Amino acid sequence: MFNPTANFKVDRRDGKLAMAHFYVAFTALAIGGLAGLLQTLVRSGKFELPAGIGYYQILTVHGVVLGLVLTTFFIMGFQLAATSKTSGTLTNKQRVTGWIGFWLMTAGTLLAAVMILLNEATVLYTFYAPLQAHALYYIGLTLVIVGSWVDGAAIIMKYAEWRRKNPGQPSPLLTFMSLVNTMMWIVATIGVASTVLFQLLPWSLGLVETVNIGVSRTLFWYFGHPLVYFWLLPAYMAWYVVIPKVIGGKIFSDSLARMSFILFLLFSIPVGFHHQLMEPGIDPAWKFLQVILTFLVVIPSLMTAFSLFATFESFGRAKGASGLFGWMKKLPWGDARFVVPFIGMVAFIPAGAGGIINASHQMNQVVHNTIWVTGHFHLTVATSVVLTFFGVSYWLIPHLTGRRLTKAMNKLGIIQAVIWAIGMTFMSGAMHAAGLLGAPRRSSYSEYGGAAQAAEWIPYQVAQAIGGSILFLGIILMLYIFINLAFFAPKGEQEFPVGEAAEETEKAPMVFENWKLWLGITFVLILFAYTIPFIDLIQNAPPGAKGYKLW
Amino acid sequence: MHMHKFEKAWLIFGIGSLLVFLTVLGVSAFYLGNQPPSCLATIDPEKVDKTAPFNEPGLKKVEGKDWDYELVFVASAFSYSPASVEVPYGAKVKIIATTKDVVHGFEVAGSNINMMLEPGYISEHITTFDKAGEYLIVCNEYCGVGHHMMSSKIEVVK
Repeated sequence: MFNPTANFKVDRRDGKLAMAHFYVAFTALAIGGLAGLLQTLVRSGKFELPAGIGYYQILTVHGVVLGLVLTTFFIMGFQLAATSKTSGTLTNKQRVTGWIGFWLMTAGTLLAAVMILLNEATVLYTFYAPLQAHALYYIGLTLVIVGSWVDGAAIIMKYAEWRRKNPGQPSPLLTFMSLVNTMMWIVATIGVASTVLFQLLPWSLGLVETVNIGVSRTLFWYFGHPLVYFWLLPAYMAWYVVIPKVIGGKIFSDSLARMSFILFLLFSIPVGFHHQLMEPGIDPAWKFLQVILTFLVVIPSLMTAFSLFATFESFGRAKGASGLFGWMKKLPWGDARFVVPFIGMVAFIPAGAGGIINASHQMNQVVHNTIWVTGHFHLTVATSVVLTFFGVSYWLIPHLTGRRLTKAMNKLGIIQAVIWAIGMTFMSGAMHAAGLLGAPRRSSYSEYGGAAQAAEWIPYQVAQAIGGSILFLGIILMLYIFINLAFFAPKGEQEFPVGEAAEETEKAPMVFENWKLWLGITFVLILFAYTIPFIDLIQNAPPGAKGYKLW
Repeated sequence: MHMHKFEKAWLIFGIGSLLVFLTVLGVSAFYLGNQPPSCLATIDPEKVDKTAPFNEPGLKKVEGKDWDYELVFVASAFSYSPASVEVPYGAKVKIIATTKDVVHGFEVAGSNINMMLEPGYISEHITTFDKAGEYLIVCNEYCGVGHHMMSSKIEVVK
């Protein structure tokens, strides 16, 4: 699809805005990665934290800094750059909006970080009321979310401007995808913002004495699952649109890519109960309904998998490959921009299978809150998503800084991903295995009074520490590459790869741009899935819970 | 909008498998009664010690119910009451548990007994102990600095 509004290069000023996001994201990677290493070492039983630092304090750091800060900053930076590249340079107003969003998020991050360091907020990023953190911690995280809304507003404004100037035209695919993810994020974060602003903040300030735990948890998990799709969709953007161009192929179908994103918008949100399957106070029929809705995202996931491998195979066959798998040989196995995200795609196969187990109503009983779950999301977000983000960084950072990815850095990038895959196989594999034996997650080293069952878990915890150490090497390597690409790589031109659809003539149906329709269905599904059980939680509420500071 | 015939076949196969899978889950849940623990009863978290059955934690034989025993647990930071309990082999037991303070987990390692304990709510699970041995109960939900020390045990004796 010819797109006259696309820039050959992201405008320098927009590039600066995106880069600001990436500096914070990679600083978060360094801090959060170190925290993760320390956790696996403590859990091996061979190492203790110095200077009275608590295990759960660094666990809070790890979750907040990697789960919220690294992801949100990277995603917003990437989406702003992608929108600017495909829909044209941001206007001054849009760019200023982006900067306000960035500084709100950064201020919020610093505030939350100070509270965690002062040991005033060792409640993990999932809050766990009635554990009660300092009010400034809640305010800090609220600023991160509000900042991300303002950041997202810049994308929405650009999209609206593009549509105004190009009536009757489908928006550029990367802009469309950034917009879908931004809207999904805004609808989803309303849940966490509500529990923080209306429940946790007044309660931590002492304005109200107790808090309704059932309501708070439900609002949190209304946000908690779409959060993982907010991480995943930017990776899908790269897989659908960028990777085909990197290998020299075409996007399998522009329309089907849009359709799968719309399906993610619809089915990512009304599914939070599958995180609450083991909880009292919610009727199991409503849990089951949300289990069904959860599984509907299988459909766009299958579409994505088909589309990716169709792109790979068509490309290989166009290059003269024969036989069932001959096309595999034609793929550019020496190009980090392809290989690194490809390893992420492969990791998504076991990761997705594990996710199906977790969400399976009864089967969740076997694995709920065991370290199996930790193993699961270290495959999804910490392998599939993060390796794709690394693969994106290898061209996007030099593109924005006016440098280029050298052969040496390209090779290092591939080595980095291989190290990551090895480390994660050890760590996540051992987590899955120990979880099936019952080892709990979010727990420091413990022999549980010499219990025989707990003794079985310890060898797996040693394996996790080995994996964690290998992964930390990977993080050091990634930071080295990032610093090189941001400051030291030779000046030059690095392409921002944007794929073209195989069927150039086929125009994407305009119905995909009908947001009244899609947001309308999104809200109907949310109301359908949540209204009655939510009213139940309020009407049949027990006396509220007082706050505790148990760390 | 055009869809490749292979993609159609792939999606029909995928969605078909999904329907079979969800049907299996649904039959298990609604016909066989395998629902996740979802007790709807509530309690005043401040008065747990004075409210039956939590005023007497431990194993109690019951008559005229679908289960032979009731096993009552009270969780609080960072312990369970009782700290250990013996259950006769083959007994059908209803486990009834709650918490006095923050959210805790209740997981019998190596079994399917796994539920969240939340202040103000009662959690229940019915099970038959048909394997002798010692089972570790762990708190699997973060509850504070002593979270990893919080445990109890069930001994299934012949």
